Amino acid sequence: MTLLAIRGLTVDFSGARPVRAVDGVDLDVAPRECLAIVGESGSGKSQLLLACVGLLAANGRADGSARFEGVELLGTGDRAAAVRGRGIGFVFQDASGSLTPHRRIGDQLAEVAQAAHGLDRLAARAEAVRLLEAVRLPEAARRLRQYPHELSGGMRQRVALALALAARPRLLFADEPTTALDVTVQAEILALLASLCREFGMALLLVTHDLGVVASLADRIAVMRGGRLLETTASPAFLAGPRDPYGASLLAAVPTLAGLR
Amino acid sequence: MSLLELRGVTVRYRQPGAKARMLAAVDSVQLAVGEREMLGLVGESGCGKTTLGRAILGLVPLAAGEVRWRGQRIDDLGRRAFRPLRRELQCVFQDPHACFDPRMTVAESVAEPLRALERGLAAAARERRAIERLEEVGLGRELAERYPHQLSGGQLQRAGIARALVVDPAFVVCDEPVSALDVSVQGQIVELLERIRAGRGLASLFISHNLAVVARLCARVTVMYRGRIVEAGPRGQIVGQPLHPYTRELLDAVPGIDAGARARLLARAANARPARDTGAGADGCAYAARCPHALARCRAERPPLRPGPDGRQVACHRAEEWPGGLPPAPAV
Repeated sequence: MTLLAIRGLTVDFSGARPVRAVDGVDLDVAPRECLAIVGESGSGKSQLLLACVGLLAANGRADGSARFEGVELLGTGDRAAAVRGRGIGFVFQDASGSLTPHRRIGDQLAEVAQAAHGLDRLAARAEAVRLLEAVRLPEAARRLRQYPHELSGGMRQRVALALALAARPRLLFADEPTTALDVTVQAEILALLASLCREFGMALLLVTHDLGVVASLADRIAVMRGGRLLETTASPAFLAGPRDPYGASLLAAVPTLAGLR
Repeated sequence: MSLLELRGVTVRYRQPGAKARMLAAVDSVQLAVGEREMLGLVGESGCGKTTLGRAILGLVPLAAGEVRWRGQRIDDLGRRAFRPLRRELQCVFQDPHACFDPRMTVAESVAEPLRALERGLAAAARERRAIERLEEVGLGRELAERYPHQLSGGQLQRAGIARALVVDPAFVVCDEPVSALDVSVQGQIVELLERIRAGRGLASLFISHNLAVVARLCARVTVMYRGRIVEAGPRGQIVGQPLHPYTRELLDAVPGIDAGARARLLARAANARPARDTGAGADGCAYAARCPHALARCRAERPPLRPGPDGRQVACHRAEEWPGGLPPAPAV
């Protein structure tokens, strides 16, 4: 069964110059699958994610259909809100944006664990430690008392991941989760995402401008441009040769070490 | 004689916190850049690569060592004495949106350095020069009169390059000039920089955290870790037969788009080490805490940067043990 089924999804922004950011997109995400949407800035890939969970800006409007486990998310503000966290978790490019700067990491994690699973304070705290261990943060117990600014960018992204996992979502939306990071840290976070999806039995919908980021992680690759989906191809076939010339140009743009040895 | 030469350059910052400890952000760095050369500098966040660029530009005081430009020391010059050098040494930054005044048009911003550095120039001549430079980087007149928020990231970075070129410098520090851009735009900016290097015979230091980007552009590559140079040499040697384990790590971290990329990611996930805490360095090799090949000696004794077997430089006690270079991390 399909976990997330998007049909004819269109996102419009009103204003002095109205913009159609997403234009009639059909897309399915299967349980435990990793699907990557690749496109340049302004291709509409982030708006697609935000529309599904009712997080568009005030002047944005989504039409069409997006069903999560059979439940329609569009046009029903409350239902989209209900699915956030427990059904669909989020990780964004800027981890600091997901974390409250003046609250300890442990309190933030425990709050979500409490709300999602009805745990008492002690159990929520133990859950917070387990989550930090799941994202391979050393000295998890000590980290609970730290504030976000005391951590490096890579560690903050791990905490943001732990926060997204706290409600045990079946699907994780990751919007450019490694773009702000160094290549060495990026490689670690990608490897972590791969193992977390297995451990938690979670599907992943990853959005990025960098094909290098998703080539190793994605089962399928979807290419987006100007609000439209150009192609959706199984990863190995895509890497062997994308069907669409635009996909090929994105692949050619990835800086690799080929030919330099 | 090299155009630019750094000898034992050390920059220390006071570490935040109650105890006033000094941290060497740049530690005894030697390097030289020749005429028309684009030298690559690679390392992760916090390794001191930006501070090194600032030291070259006279923007941070040195704790030790010297910077020589055309053979003359320039690190001990005062602000006023350094002024003529500002025309020769320019820089391009990572985030173009952060270094343009939002209230000025692009052309005004590009012309701005001329007001300070070529005072004899009339306003019309300044504008003419700005337009010329914008055209050189591929931006037409219609974009020159726009404001920064009306340009895309790639267009604005081109304008950033035009501003660096407006005084016709001899050397440019390019500090992560493509890291904030879409991958597809990165390639265009890299091409532009290469065209400018070849066309103008401009020397530069190209700084990035991605070894693939650096090696595409630069014939010689310097690898920096925690303020120290750990390996330096021709890109073929650095990429093909890395002698320092940190260079190996940087190479393994470059995202692959080949059929084997998935197997490598799964291998990395399988033996994932916990996230690192980058504490203060001890007496030994700064990389020892992370190094899969570290011995007791590595933790006790700092390896000096020394000539390797094939002419490159390497700072590793064990470099002779893998003469053909360290092999890639195994895939599953």
